[in-house]
Amino acid sequence: MLHLILFLFFGAICVAGAINLLVQSHPINSALSLIVVMASLAAEYLLLGAEFVAAVQVIVYAGAIMVLFVITIMLLNAGAEERTKGSRVAILIGIPGVVIGAVLVAWTLIGRSSTTQSVSIGALWGDPKSIARLLFRDFLLPFEVTSVLILIAIMGAVVLASRPKAVARGARKDA
Amino acid sequence: MVPLAYYLLLSGILFVCGVLGFLIKRNIITIFMSIELMLNGVNLSFVAFAAHWHALSGQVFVFFVMVVAAAEAAVGLAIIIAVYRTRETLNVDQVNLLKL
Amino acid sequence: MPAPHGNTKDISLSITTFIIISIIKSLAVVGVLLTAVAYSVWLERKVSAHIQNRWGPTRVGPFGLLQPLADGVKFIFKEDLTQPHVYKPLYIAAPIIAMVFAITSISVIPFGNWVTVGPWGTYLQITDLNIGLLVVLGITSMGVYGVALAGWSSNNKYSLLGGLRASAQMVSYEVSLGLSLVGVVIMAGSLSLREIVDAQGGVFWHFIPRWNIFHGQTLGFFIYLISAYAETNRTPFDLPEAESELVAGYHTEYSAMKFAMFFMAEYANMVTVACLATLLFLGGWHGPIFGPPILQAVMPVFWFCLKVFFFMFLYVWVRWTLPRFRYDQLMAFGWKVLLPLAIANIVYTALVVALRAQYPGRFF
Repeated sequence: MLHLILFLFFGAICVAGAINLLVQSHPINSALSLIVVMASLAAEYLLLGAEFVAAVQVIVYAGAIMVLFVITIMLLNAGAEERTKGSRVAILIGIPGVVIGAVLVAWTLIGRSSTTQSVSIGALWGDPKSIARLLFRDFLLPFEVTSVLILIAIMGAVVLASRPKAVARGARKDA
Repeated sequence: MVPLAYYLLLSGILFVCGVLGFLIKRNIITIFMSIELMLNGVNLSFVAFAAHWHALSGQVFVFFVMVVAAAEAAVGLAIIIAVYRTRETLNVDQVNLLKL
Repeated sequence: MPAPHGNTKDISLSITTFIIISIIKSLAVVGVLLTAVAYSVWLERKVSAHIQNRWGPTRVGPFGLLQPLADGVKFIFKEDLTQPHVYKPLYIAAPIIAMVFAITSISVIPFGNWVTVGPWGTYLQITDLNIGLLVVLGITSMGVYGVALAGWSSNNKYSLLGGLRASAQMVSYEVSLGLSLVGVVIMAGSLSLREIVDAQGGVFWHFIPRWNIFHGQTLGFFIYLISAYAETNRTPFDLPEAESELVAGYHTEYSAMKFAMFFMAEYANMVTVACLATLLFLGGWHGPIFGPPILQAVMPVFWFCLKVFFFMFLYVWVRWTLPRFRYDQLMAFGWKVLLPLAIANIVYTALVVALRAQYPGRFF
């Protein structure tokens, strides 16, 4: 019972944050609602017993990736977004389509897995040790490949964000 | 006890919000945030299935998704900064040099 | 009531007793933390004064000991200005965010070992988590938003620059801070702060305490210390509020209680960082224990507080000794010096631990 209440509470915050992300026109408000979504998702992970994933979710997603977004918004001084007019056909067909699709998916999910058991609250079985064992033994090759991926991403980011040398020099001469 | 379906529903809602944001938002940074939202929705279903099947590999996959998301954010934001430098706008409708 | 053995957290308490004890512990810890924050401000003023051959606060109470109280009263009664050009929701939320995250992170810090009061026993810690260290890191990494949003919502060039600098600096140094802790985690084989401290008990070579700083993590300690200074925006890394170039950085537009909240958040962060350094590198509450039983019960907490005090003093000492870095120097130092050193420390620690497992008894 407590589990269900907590699930509904954090789930409601999640959905509210996600919808707020869509509604807000200023990117910094969207970013903040995304942070709220991520933090409450971490709580959902805790409810599922995945304590390590929850901690990493807060540290990496909420604490690092979203800070990058906020820095970029501050750096570019992004203003409120200009609304553009959507096509009428898309609204007329799209919204009923989304509703029908959502109802179908929900009906299938709830109808099928009524017997599903979930972990009880407080049962933490995603402890760092067993995850580390899995990550560094069974998934060693994917792990190493992702490390190469992130290295390439770092280099790409540095190359993309740095000014071309001639431009930078020219700017300095002007100043 | 919460059925798995509830977690999957929540995950689906988050994913759909992400898709919607990706389609309707015009600010390139918000579009990137919508992608992060989709990835988060997928992560939730990974963790929920991991709890359901008592298989930790679902949680390990979340880490890989996070690494990919971090790489994507780093490169994506660098591209955004580069675009802003040349075009002085964050509106995707105005970044249309290759459009017919 | 004896301490439960091993990793048992299932202390045989009824739920009401548990809740009452938790509430008492939380209130006590927050009270002690806020007092410590107030008196570290006093310490800072006093020590800085003596470094500069002045007296510092002397008027309010003996040795100016009531000065924090007077400051608090002043903060409350000052006019709370809100400029018309700020973005109000975030302008108000930012100091609250900074303050809340600064105080929350203390909740997993253990201050001492098991204590028994009458029929009840408890650890001197609000809650013991398996991932305590990660929780502290996560909460402090969320604290960046307070500073960043304050800078952005003030709508002022100095504040914006301060906020930008702060967020970039904190994200950069968080990497080396986190990596410097990995060595400790490898040595202890656990992320629980209590187990990390327990792993540091005893001595080697008959007189050197088995604290991590003496036991292979000296480099890690210094990396942690430097990154922690940058994380808390203290001199020599106080560029976010560099008064000679940015007025007051991200809190230029703040006054009265809102400013006080940033101020308290900064000092609360310092206390947390000092606690963490004590727990991870200086053996927590381990120290020589002697005397009558009453004294023996208090000694661990005394050693812990002494070590934390040492770090607070070091903060002030460094602040009034070293000049400020330039911004490019700060970034270059973080990424080109600290980060490679932290990774080298991890590799070295992992090698030593692996060799020790391979040839038991060959390495101390």
